[in-house]
Amino acid sequence: MKSIVSIQDLSKTYDSGFRALKSINLDIKDGEIFALLGPNGAGKTTLISIICGIVTASQGTVTVNGFDNITAYRQTRELIGLVPQELTLGAFETVWNTIRFSRGLFGKKKDNTYLEQLLKDLSLFDKKDSELRELSGGMKRRVLIAKALSHQPKIIFLDEPTAGVDVELRKDMWNIVRRLRDSGVTIILTTHYIEEAEEIADRIGIISNGELLLVEDKRTLMHNLGKKQLIIELKESVSSLQQELTDYDLVLSEEGDQLIYTYDSMSDNAGITDLLQTIKMVGLELKDLHINKSSLEDIFVDLVKEDQMRTERVEVKV
Amino acid sequence: MNIQGIKVIYYQEMLRAWETLFQTLASPVISTCLYFIVFGSAIGSRIQSIDGVSYGLFIVPGLTMLSLLTQSIANASFGIFFPKFTGSIYEIHSAPISFFEIIIGFVGAAASKSLIIGIVILITASFFVDLQIAHPIWMATFLILTCISFSLFGFIIGLWANDFEKLQVIPLLVITPLVFLGGSFYSINMLPPFWQTVTLFNPVVYLISGFRWSFFEVSDVSVGVSLAVILGFLFVCIAIVGWMFKTGYRVKQ
Repeated sequence: MKSIVSIQDLSKTYDSGFRALKSINLDIKDGEIFALLGPNGAGKTTLISIICGIVTASQGTVTVNGFDNITAYRQTRELIGLVPQELTLGAFETVWNTIRFSRGLFGKKKDNTYLEQLLKDLSLFDKKDSELRELSGGMKRRVLIAKALSHQPKIIFLDEPTAGVDVELRKDMWNIVRRLRDSGVTIILTTHYIEEAEEIADRIGIISNGELLLVEDKRTLMHNLGKKQLIIELKESVSSLQQELTDYDLVLSEEGDQLIYTYDSMSDNAGITDLLQTIKMVGLELKDLHINKSSLEDIFVDLVKEDQMRTERVEVKV
Repeated sequence: MNIQGIKVIYYQEMLRAWETLFQTLASPVISTCLYFIVFGSAIGSRIQSIDGVSYGLFIVPGLTMLSLLTQSIANASFGIFFPKFTGSIYEIHSAPISFFEIIIGFVGAAASKSLIIGIVILITASFFVDLQIAHPIWMATFLILTCISFSLFGFIIGLWANDFEKLQVIPLLVITPLVFLGGSFYSINMLPPFWQTVTLFNPVVYLISGFRWSFFEVSDVSVGVSLAVILGFLFVCIAIVGWMFKTGYRVKQ
């Protein structure tokens, strides 16, 4: 699949001296849903803002559909729709006027049929003549989406689209995202709700302290970094592991009533049969068995924690 | 060129004035009427004519300029400051529209509003005095150039200001004194020689003088100099805006 957004060696240092991005390289594939995960202040919004032309990069290049986003900004920007994180809307315009404004601003001729359908799809049609200041937070979020879609973009950036949004709207939002993807739109989103990225994204990037720690296909990521643990509950506690069991990657719980076996979920030979036979052989009786599978959240927390510890170590050395 | 983009910015700004039409027009019209009642009739009746022009008539160009300058700055600065304040400016920054096109939209709308206000003030004045325009084309030229250059100046203020206080400070502390001391209500020939020289450093003197000449053919300075000053001011504003765009000063992070 060809890449629609290509980021090379992108860095950003703000006037305050804060290094928000450090030499980012990233390719977004045409038609995919890419989720960018990272803690607060990791550089997610800065990255999106540079691609969209709101923030100027200190170094590096961004190309969108083959066009440079600085020298050919008209070609790149008309392809992009941005839904910002904050509810940044005017106050006195009506919903209808504001989406007409957005469409025109992106150089598109007015198309009332499309805009009316867009408002209907976002359950905003009955609010079309309301002033923006009269709307609830959830409605404002929908208006921001309508504005971003008003010029029929090929790429949509959703910056924390579900932050502070109720369950119903969140579900609606993900339905909209799926619909957009089905229509061929590339979607790049940042989110704190890792389980949603897990559910909806095709690929995942993890960013921390301005560095991209990893970019991976979601399934590969889950396979490579996802650990499985077999928890074996014993009928009677033991104080230590028998000699025969020490060959396995086994950990005895503090209470001595559980054996925790960590294994590679991708491996053909996980060794579970052997282990169970050995347990039977040494005379341990089983009470229960269950499997823990690490979620994307565990992977994310591990990676970010690792990165933070590394940063701290560097700081201590300096 | 993103013509649609320019159109929607212009339309949105004009719509804002249309929705508050009463405030937009009532305020300059009422203040002009008050000036005419106080200066034109009450005080003016006891003042001799200046350069052969009755006092009530003499103050018309200065009064028009007073409103024009303050309205141009207020409209243009608020027009760009408010999206910055609400954060909705992100959309303009991320749109396929050049800075030049953004300026045409915002400044064009602010200048159009000021022009309408200027015309309304002149019509209002004509109810108080017998207004005759000696050089209509020159009058229109001065009117339009002033609207554009001071709207551009207001746009710069709106970009520069990062709070409401800064938005107000230049119009209040710089523009109003310059207009009042720029010969709106008197001819600078009435001042002592020293202050006449000082006042020549006030650019508004040239605007009012040139504008007044287009009505009565009387002026404090030659009309060519007036035109040169306003064109010079326009180019300075264009240069500042160009610099802001190039360096991203107060425009982009």
